[in-house]
Amino acid sequence: MGQTLAEKIIARAAGCDKVGPGDIVTCAVDLAMMHDSGGPRRVKPLLEKLGVKVWDREKIVVVSDHFVPAFDLQSAEILNLTREWVAEQGIPNFYDMQGICHVVLPERGHLKPGMFVAGGDSHSPTGGAFGCFMFGVGATDMAGILATGETWIKVPETIRIDWSGEIPRGVCAKDIMLTLCATLGLGGGDYQVVEYSGEVISSLGMQERMTLCNMAAELGAQTGLIAADQTTAAYVEKVTGEKPDCQSWQGDLDATYRDIFSFDANDLEPQVAPPHSPANAADVGEHVGTGINQAYIGACTGAKLTDLKMAAEVLKNRRIASNIRLLVAPASVREMTQATQDGTLGILLEAGALLMPSGCGACASYGAGVLGDGDVCIASTSRNFQGRMGSKSSRVYLGSPYTVAAAAIAGEIRDPREFLEGFGS
Amino acid sequence: MMHKAGRAWVFGDNVDTDQLAPGIYIKLPIDEISKHCLEAIAPEFAGSVSRGDFVVAGENFGMGSSREQAAEALLDLGISAIIAQSFGGIFYRNALNFGLIPLICADVSKIGDGDQICIDPEAGEIRNLTKDETYACEAMPEHLLQIARAGGLLPYLENRLG
Ligand code: SF4
Repeated sequence: MGQTLAEKIIARAAGCDKVGPGDIVTCAVDLAMMHDSGGPRRVKPLLEKLGVKVWDREKIVVVSDHFVPAFDLQSAEILNLTREWVAEQGIPNFYDMQGICHVVLPERGHLKPGMFVAGGDSHSPTGGAFGCFMFGVGATDMAGILATGETWIKVPETIRIDWSGEIPRGVCAKDIMLTLCATLGLGGGDYQVVEYSGEVISSLGMQERMTLCNMAAELGAQTGLIAADQTTAAYVEKVTGEKPDCQSWQGDLDATYRDIFSFDANDLEPQVAPPHSPANAADVGEHVGTGINQAYIGACTGAKLTDLKMAAEVLKNRRIASNIRLLVAPASVREMTQATQDGTLGILLEAGALLMPSGCGACASYGAGVLGDGDVCIASTSRNFQGRMGSKSSRVYLGSPYTVAAAAIAGEIRDPREFLEGFGS
Repeated sequence: MMHKAGRAWVFGDNVDTDQLAPGIYIKLPIDEISKHCLEAIAPEFAGSVSRGDFVVAGENFGMGSSREQAAEALLDLGISAIIAQSFGGIFYRNALNFGLIPLICADVSKIGDGDQICIDPEAGEIRNLTKDETYACEAMPEHLLQIARAGGLLPYLENRLG
C-alpha cells in the first residue's frame, strides 16, 4: 500500500521506512522557526532551566514580526531581548523587522520540498505550499526542540481536497479557504493533514498556494500540503539557486486518504465571513450593504504582493470613502519594495490607504490599528474571533483583498466585481 | 489515581485562544493575562474559579493561535484538567506541556455547569459526584502519559537530559 506525502516526510524525519496513521514517532527537525512573541522571550528561561544551548544554530530561523516596530516599553524590551538572545546563541538567520515570518521564511530560501519543519506559530502550515511538512507548536515544545533537535508527532491521516475548474475573475484562494471553512467547519481538519490538489491548485502561483496552506490552520488541520510541481521548483530554484528534489516528495498513487473532497471553482463567488468565525463565510451577496469603518489589508494571509495587486486592481483611480480608514501592512519588506517598484503601492496610497509597518500589527491586536468599542472592520486576515483585533465589542468581517478594497471604496461591504474592469457596467 | 473533586465550568464548542488569552494583553505576565481569561464569553470566570476546578467543553477547545499562554492562563487560575470532546491540536500539546491534563471524552454533554467531578487520567475515567455517574475518556498514549506523569514537558526533559 502506498504512502501519502506527509507519511513519506515524517518517515524520513523519524528515520523509519514507513509510518502509519496514529503512530507516535520522534522526528528530527530540519528547521525550527520562531518569532518575537512566542520565541526567545519564552524559550530563553526554559533553556536556562534545562541548562542547555540550542542544538544547532544553523537550523534555526528567528523573525521579529509581532511587536514591530516597538510601540511601547514592553514591546521594545521584547524586541531587544530577541536581538540579545539571537546574538548570544550565535544564530545566523535572524530577520529583524523584515516582514511576517511565514512570508520571510520562503522568500529567503529556507523552505524546500520534503523538509520537516516546526514553527512557533499556528500559521506555520503556510510552509506546506512548498511541499514541506511544517506545523505549529507552542513555546515549550519549541524549547524542547531547541534543546534536543527532536519532537514527537502523532502521524496524521491525510484529507485530500481537490479543486477542479477555473477560478472566476475577482475570486481567489482566500475565497476558496473561506468556502472550505464554511463547508468543513473549524474542526473539519481534525488535526490531520489537508492536501490540496487538482487543476485549480496547479494553476495557482506560490503566493496563492501559501494562502491555502496558511488557512489550513482555520480548518483545524495539523498542516496543509501541496505536492511540489514545476511552479514550486521554479520558485525554490530562484530563491536558493539550487534545483530542489520534487520527485521524491509526492504521495503515492495508491496512498490511502481519510477523505477526498471535490469542489468546482467555476461557480465560486467572493466570500465574506461575518463575526466571529471564519466558518460563518457565505457569498458576498448576503452581506452587501453592511457598513464598516476600518478596512485592513494585512497579515501573512492577505498582504503578499499578489494580495496587494488584487486590492490595487479594485482601487485603481478610485478613492476610499471619506468616513473610513484603509490600513495596508505589506507582508514583508521585500514585498513592499516590489510593490513600490511595480506601482502597486502607489495605487493604494493614491486611493487613500495608510501604509503600516510590515508585521503582524492589527491582525491580532499586537501593533497599531487596534479596533475600539463598536468598530466594524473588514480584513484580509485569517481569523475574526471575538476580540482578536481589539475590543470585545468590535466586529470583524473576513474577505479577500478584492473584497476588502471594494468595501473601502464604498464604506460598506460590496461585491468587488462591481469595481473590476470587464464586469457588466 | 483519582484527582481531588472540583467544580465543572462548562463551555461550548470552538473556544478559541483569543478568548483564553486575548492578544491585547499578550505582552503582560501570565497573572495579568489570566485575569482576562475567557472574559469575552464568561466575564465571571476568572474571578470566581477555584484551585482544582475543571474546564469542560465541546469540540475543538483551544483552537487558533499557538500562544501557550492560552493553556498557561488556565493553569494560573488553578484549573487542573480540561475535558473536551476534542481539542485544537496545538493547544492539546501546550496544555500537556504545562502538566495541564487534556482529556478527550464523548460524554461531556452529560456534565452540567457547577457539577462536582473528579478524574483519573491513567484509568481514563471521569466521575460526576453530583449526578453519581462515570464516563470513559480516551486513553492517553503511553508517550504522552509519561509527559503528564512528569508534570509537563520541561520536567520530562530535565529527567531525560539530566
Ligand atoms: S499576521 Fe496574524 S495570523 Fe499571521 S503570523 Fe501574524 S498574528 Fe499570526
